[in-house]
Amino acid sequence: MTRFLRQQAICYWLQLKILTTSAFEGALAVFFPLMFATATLLVYRVRGDADALQYAGLGVAIMGMWTAQGVVAASLLSRERWAGTLELVVAAPTSFSRILVPICLAMSTIGIYCVVATMIWERLVFGIRLEIASWPLFLLSVLLTGVTLALVGFFIAVTAVRYRTAWSLGAALEYPGWLLCGFVIPLSALPAWSHPISWAIPTTWGMDAIRSAASGGSPWGDLAICLAVGAAYAVLASWLGRVLVDSARRHASLALT
Amino acid sequence: MPAVEAVDLRRSFRTHSGAIRRTRKDVEAVKGVTFSIEPGELFGLLGPNGAGKTTTIKMLITLLLPTSGTARVLGHDVVDDVREVRRRIGYVFGGDRGLYERLSALDNLRYFSELYGVAPREQKQRIGELLELVGLTGREKERVEGYSRGMRQRLHIARGLLHDPDVIFLDEPSIGIDPVGARELRATIGALTAQGKTVLLTTHYMFEADELCDRIAVIRSGEIVAEGTPQQLKQGVAGGRVLEVETYGVSDDAVTAIGGLAGVRSVGVEERGQLQVLLVQCDAAAEITQSVLARLGDVRVGRVATREPTLEDAYVELVSGS
Repeated sequence: MTRFLRQQAICYWLQLKILTTSAFEGALAVFFPLMFATATLLVYRVRGDADALQYAGLGVAIMGMWTAQGVVAASLLSRERWAGTLELVVAAPTSFSRILVPICLAMSTIGIYCVVATMIWERLVFGIRLEIASWPLFLLSVLLTGVTLALVGFFIAVTAVRYRTAWSLGAALEYPGWLLCGFVIPLSALPAWSHPISWAIPTTWGMDAIRSAASGGSPWGDLAICLAVGAAYAVLASWLGRVLVDSARRHASLALT
Repeated sequence: MPAVEAVDLRRSFRTHSGAIRRTRKDVEAVKGVTFSIEPGELFGLLGPNGAGKTTTIKMLITLLLPTSGTARVLGHDVVDDVREVRRRIGYVFGGDRGLYERLSALDNLRYFSELYGVAPREQKQRIGELLELVGLTGREKERVEGYSRGMRQRLHIARGLLHDPDVIFLDEPSIGIDPVGARELRATIGALTAQGKTVLLTTHYMFEADELCDRIAVIRSGEIVAEGTPQQLKQGVAGGRVLEVETYGVSDDAVTAIGGLAGVRSVGVEERGQLQVLLVQCDAAAEITQSVLARLGDVRVGRVATREPTLEDAYVELVSGS
């Protein structure tokens, strides 16, 4: 167990190093969530409704996390494929899931950074002071939302093992995710048929937990569902990882060519 | 028990073409390859691009599933005992890719040490030894993106040896390396067999194969067309000679005409800038120099010489199918 944790910790740290040492990508990671947040808050500010701004302020903070993790996860293995390291990590005796989880957790760290950066931006540029009734519960909710989003990222990433063009899945998920997770538009405003899709995404429950923690309610119920759905993604991704790696070995799609 | 054993190994790929009317085509990349490598042996797999060398290696290292046939590494089946095979093998390929550019050499080795199950207690010492072996001590904290191709290749070798594998697969490791780097690399590869490692090496450089390999298999269009020691392969073209003629502007018709001369086994043309060297393999007793020069007609001719066949001549004869 100690060895497993050590392996996960070292792989997480080194993957975080890879993600944070590019000045160009670092600048984009700062720029994009802030621009999306700016556009959203400018729309919400028109009516001058403080409650609506509070609602949107919380939502855009998590929206950046969705973009930083969910979308990037799809291109994660494509990047490994381009670097020629995908075959090497697949050929390692360590299971593919154990290799992917620390990578997704490293991305989750970037996602949590996006939350913090967006909150500071809201305060400095828009003067929005987010009212948080319970900071410990709020931070816990953000953290667990980040972790479960890493598990969704893990699920998205494994599909890229089999299909060389699966990276495009991330871009396709970005904007629907903003709507379906209820970041800036309440789920009740969406058609009823879309609700089951929203409920199948742990981030929807994480967002609810964050709002509950901020407004003084109990986030525990939403957090429990968020964790359960996230765990289901992890189990599914773990199984899918084995199946798709075998499929990739059969169809020769691990290499770039 | 052989270290590596492939029996009637086959692999085909399905390719698609066309956007609206999709047509499928099955391409057989490896067509029933059979060979075995004894423990401690350095075995060379030679062949032109697209001959099936890398596909064969990828089946042996569990990255590709064979379409049919069996392969075992140290007694473990490459399809059924994937994890056991992976624990015991190292894989190194040539070129710039296969490393994390933004990490230092040290961090790359630390990362792969974790993935390849090197015991935490042994990691530091093992990485230090390997950096020393490949001559990267002192440069290990620099990011890989600033490394030369030769340095990257040496780092690849260190990565492949991290978990002290018994069998090492080297897929064109010296590609693109300068002569000094290639010489150092050959010394490193030679040292591996001195340590009792089994090595499967693919290369395009015949002198490299000649210098390093205990045995060689030549693969052409997915099939092994010859197997033996470098000496045995050379003897395959022995009893013959090679006539080398430097020409300037030799035509295809002239080459074809020379190929038809009595006693000529094969004809090849090697481009060297503006110069073309005609390599005519012929029977030892055949007196073909005058006939060859006559077929060249008005083509300007430089040096003309005869020599004993080399491994490269044997290779050219084998892969050209003559």
